[in-house]
Amino acid sequence: MLKVNNVDKSYGTNGFFKNNKQRILRNINLECDRGECLGIIGESGSGKSTLGRLLIGVEKPDNGSIEIDGKSIYDRENRKENISAVFQDYRSSINPFFSVEEAILEPLKIYKSNKNLTRLIDQLLIQVGLSPVYRHRYPHELSGGEAQRVCIARAIATEPTFILLDEAISSLDVSIQLQILDLLKALKATYDMGYIFITHDIQAAAYICDRMIIFKDGQIQETIETNNLPNVKSLYAKKLLHNLITF
Amino acid sequence: MKVVKNLYRDKLGRASFIFILLVMLLGVFAPFIAPHDPLAVDMKLRYAAPSWEYLLGNDHLGRDILSRMLYGIRPSILWVFVALILSVCIGAIMGFIAGYFRGNVDAIVMRICDVMLSFPIYVITIAIVAILGPGLGNILIAFILMKWAWFARIIRTSVMQYVELDYVKYARAIGRSHIHIIARHILPVTFSDIAVTASSSMGSMILQISGLSFLGLGIKAPNPEWGMMLSEAREVMFTRPELMIAPGVAIVIVVLAFNFLSDSLQVALNPQLRKPKNRSGLKPFKTVLNEKEVAK
Repeated sequence: MLKVNNVDKSYGTNGFFKNNKQRILRNINLECDRGECLGIIGESGSGKSTLGRLLIGVEKPDNGSIEIDGKSIYDRENRKENISAVFQDYRSSINPFFSVEEAILEPLKIYKSNKNLTRLIDQLLIQVGLSPVYRHRYPHELSGGEAQRVCIARAIATEPTFILLDEAISSLDVSIQLQILDLLKALKATYDMGYIFITHDIQAAAYICDRMIIFKDGQIQETIETNNLPNVKSLYAKKLLHNLITF
Repeated sequence: MKVVKNLYRDKLGRASFIFILLVMLLGVFAPFIAPHDPLAVDMKLRYAAPSWEYLLGNDHLGRDILSRMLYGIRPSILWVFVALILSVCIGAIMGFIAGYFRGNVDAIVMRICDVMLSFPIYVITIAIVAILGPGLGNILIAFILMKWAWFARIIRTSVMQYVELDYVKYARAIGRSHIHIIARHILPVTFSDIAVTASSSMGSMILQISGLSFLGLGIKAPNPEWGMMLSEAREVMFTRPELMIAPGVAIVIVVLAFNFLSDSLQVALNPQLRKPKNRSGLKPFKTVLNEKEVAK
């Protein structure tokens, strides 16, 4: 289980003589089980992506803790097998100097010997709907949807406990968004992974998430089961739901 | 190996690399190749035109220009190259540390750079020469001390562009070490900036060292050095302009070769700049979802 306990985060101006701190996250508490998809919904600047960076251990909170199965994610060793991520910008998600094969190999090299990795990469590419011949392509030779599929293949390569999906479909066409959401759903069922789905698109979140956290000004406004979405209480959540088209 | 193969495919890059290697070998083996003693003065041959015995002619003291050019490779190219590599390495290490770790580390490194860059290079060089004494070695030490800060600033700016990119975040998320991230993800993408900056500095360093030699702080006469040969020829540039041709053309060609090599290295390293391979055999693959599933 991924557990976030009383997390605060501020950013300040760097330097010896300045100390202008701006509080981004306030007292965040949340839990996500394996096999669950937890949506974090909020508008731009609400602190969702900051929370995302904390969840994958790229940054540390000022206060509080983030644990997976009772172990801190700020120990690199605990993070290795448990966390992976797919980001919004597919153009900057893969090292432009890496081929598809090298990109997918990166997490695999930490855990597995080089034997049979070629076959594993082929399997992963097929799983995300790409032909194995894509293995020698470079990111600039891929379309947005293809690049995002490669990122997903890379993310599932080590069968992590949790995957952070930080606006993972926001920069794709609507038709591709749906394909990627369906792919993510199918992979979650196959690997029994947990998803933290960060988005400003409540419609996409409603499609894939089991539970949603409504986020505003760095604080959790409300946590609600997706099937209970019409019964949100907070005014902000109601406003977000206003334009939701049900599937 | 992939980089070497890609570099080998580029004709201009290959030619530049071979040329630089050849020049360096000529410098290393100058005592065995040079036809005459580069210091031997023969006033009878003063300003003598090129001949079969003296292929590039003789200078104002009747010394063989070709032999002086060959011996001049060492201080002009080899030692400048070593000083450049050292200052780039120090600058790269400091720039990577500052740009990657940011925060107070960045603030400290950048303030040191500011202090180093606030001294004019000639002032600091004269100060170092005053302490350590004149000579090429001390001039090069002064250059390394001054230039690293300039490289560190440029490299830090370049690193900062890439450190926030998602693939770097991903590598950190999966538990890759900082050294691995810098070596595999940041160094290759910033290499083009480093290579271009370094190669463009090569020419200016050769000329700055010759300027210092001219002031009597670097190479001492009668030792040969390309920049100093150029300075000596300057006095007769209107009456004997041919004396400037050999060192001038040599500096231009060597600097050009370094620039071409750095361009080719960029292309060899960056797949986006390489010519695309034939992808005609690649057909769209059926995705895991069929149209019915998507419609549903």
